Amino acid sequence: MSNPSGTPRRTAGLADIRNIIGGLLAVYGVILTAMGLFGDQELDKTGGVNANLWAGLALLVVAAAFILWAVLRPTVVPPTSGD
Amino acid sequence: MALSGISAHAATVVAARDTIIDAKAVDYLIVLIYFAVVLGIGMVARRQVSDSVDFFLSGRSLPAWVTGLAFISANLGAVEIMGMSATGAEIGLPTVHYFWVGAIPAMLFLGVVMMPFYYGSKVRSVPEFMYRRFGTGAHLVNALSFAVAQLLIAGINLYLLGSIVHALLGWPLWVALIVAAVIVLSYITFGGLSAAIYNEVLQFFVIVAALLPLTLIGLHRVGGWQGVQDGITGAASANPDTVVPADQQLNPWPGNALSGLDNDVMSVIGIVFGLGFVLSFGYWTTNFVEVQRAMASNSISSARKTPIIGSFPKMFVPFITILPGMIAAVLVTEIADLKASGGTAEIPGGSGGNVSYNDSLLLLMRDVLPNGLLGLAIAGLLAAFMAGMAANVSAFNTVFSYDLWERYVVKDRPDGYYLTIGRLATVGATVVAIFTAALASNFSNIMDYLQTLFGFFNAPLFATFIVGMFWRRMTATAGWVGLVSGTVGAIIVAILCEGTLGSLSIGVIPIDGQGAAFLAAGAAFVVDVVVSIVVTLFTRPKPASELVGLVYSETPKESLTDPDEAGYPFYRRTIPLALIALVLVIILNILI
Repeated sequence: MSNPSGTPRRTAGLADIRNIIGGLLAVYGVILTAMGLFGDQELDKTGGVNANLWAGLALLVVAAAFILWAVLRPTVVPPTSGD
Repeated sequence: MALSGISAHAATVVAARDTIIDAKAVDYLIVLIYFAVVLGIGMVARRQVSDSVDFFLSGRSLPAWVTGLAFISANLGAVEIMGMSATGAEIGLPTVHYFWVGAIPAMLFLGVVMMPFYYGSKVRSVPEFMYRRFGTGAHLVNALSFAVAQLLIAGINLYLLGSIVHALLGWPLWVALIVAAVIVLSYITFGGLSAAIYNEVLQFFVIVAALLPLTLIGLHRVGGWQGVQDGITGAASANPDTVVPADQQLNPWPGNALSGLDNDVMSVIGIVFGLGFVLSFGYWTTNFVEVQRAMASNSISSARKTPIIGSFPKMFVPFITILPGMIAAVLVTEIADLKASGGTAEIPGGSGGNVSYNDSLLLLMRDVLPNGLLGLAIAGLLAAFMAGMAANVSAFNTVFSYDLWERYVVKDRPDGYYLTIGRLATVGATVVAIFTAALASNFSNIMDYLQTLFGFFNAPLFATFIVGMFWRRMTATAGWVGLVSGTVGAIIVAILCEGTLGSLSIGVIPIDGQGAAFLAAGAAFVVDVVVSIVVTLFTRPKPASELVGLVYSETPKESLTDPDEAGYPFYRRTIPLALIALVLVIILNILI
């Protein structure tokens, strides 16, 4: 499966899709958590649940999982199998 | 099926004075961040594009979980999200058949049986497989109909996107159309398929983050599943003449309201064979938009696992599309009133003038989401609609460059030339999509019928592929004659039914709606197989040497599987994964 002519490529850090997903969800998590803590909770709409806060915290957990995954199992971009 | 649920006249846009949803600064911020990331991905991906295989097939380098999610996301566009929630609001649980009967089995079949041929033969597109197996005639039919259909569907996606932006943010429709088109254009032209796929994966998570809270809060507000049942039962008994009976809405089988067939047995047969076999196998196994995602993966094992991995999230998409639709029909006043009237009431305040079922999600968002989550939900919807269009455009530019331009117009140029053509085709497709979108806003019925017509190309395609893959004698002439006669067969049946093609349909066969589509697709399949067999008997087959990698009996078994796969743990092997998915979907079918 290796490619004799190609130069070995590594993606790292930000280019890894897992870091992009984790990063975006983390930013959203922070915004929603802040809205839940400091913003209008609009409990009449949500039926008494602080929805922004809970959703924000859940997003932070998911984001952390993605970033952790990318850190623990870093991607070395597989050599292309085509010509 | 992706195309059946929604109508292009979802939103015949009337100048809305107010936006449906009251977005605040924080919501705009969330949407803006999303767009910045989308464009950033295009830029990053651009640095890695060095040749046309990179651009069109992502250098065949992506891991299976990425292509698997992209496989789902490419289909999780405007048509699916709005269409499935709308159908859920209207007829309830039978809508799940579009997923558990009408998608999962075909996706598993694609991964287990057909993908080895697509990936192993090193073709760059589904039409190219057609070319190698059957030659020019079948190839031209397939490539042209696919390219035209993608332009049309990209236009419809763009139109829905524009009308939602218009409804949510108050931008004029034409501004929304052009801004959305430019964003999609820039990230695909720069980054090619990698950018499209990465954005699809990102979109998947954003859409789940958007729809899951919506569903959970909606359920909480309505009093849980019991509240949904009570609400639907109450509404159905209050309006027995106009609303589908509650027991039909709350049980998936026999699904009379979905199939349009009154007889229970016929309805089940129609759903299992018409939707579950002919229509869905035709769509999922031959549609290059989907197959292209699997071709971008890094090995034959990953290619086969792409649709199988995709089937797991696909199973649960109904819970965040159909269920919120059903909740909206109970909780949102406008949708409840619309449903009580049998869908005829003219209630102002929809995304396109009067409220339609397609507004279910938007109105539920308005009623239950606080600012913040609201922005995330808007970002999710915009993401899904853009990704749907991007998927159409990226599949179109591949087929246009490789299958039409390189094959028939300008041959044997260096690779860089076709890369340029691909980028130009993307620009061209986007411009055409803007015009198609404008057309869709003026001639909505015609667009509906065109979508139905394009649906008819899929069923005979599947018949031709499957016979051609397993019967080495099938000839090139049989390939294109079968395709054409199958399609003609479907059109004739559609004309004989009621209303399938509008006033063209004469109503000799007393079936309408989805039942008619099932029947037409079934007829197309049968006609294609019979004609293919008959024509084959009178024409000369291709020599066996030209069929290696294309036909089961002529292909060495080793080249159909990945030699490394036997050493993987069970959860990374194709067949065990497919079996797990199959068992899960059977459990879901039984439980619900």
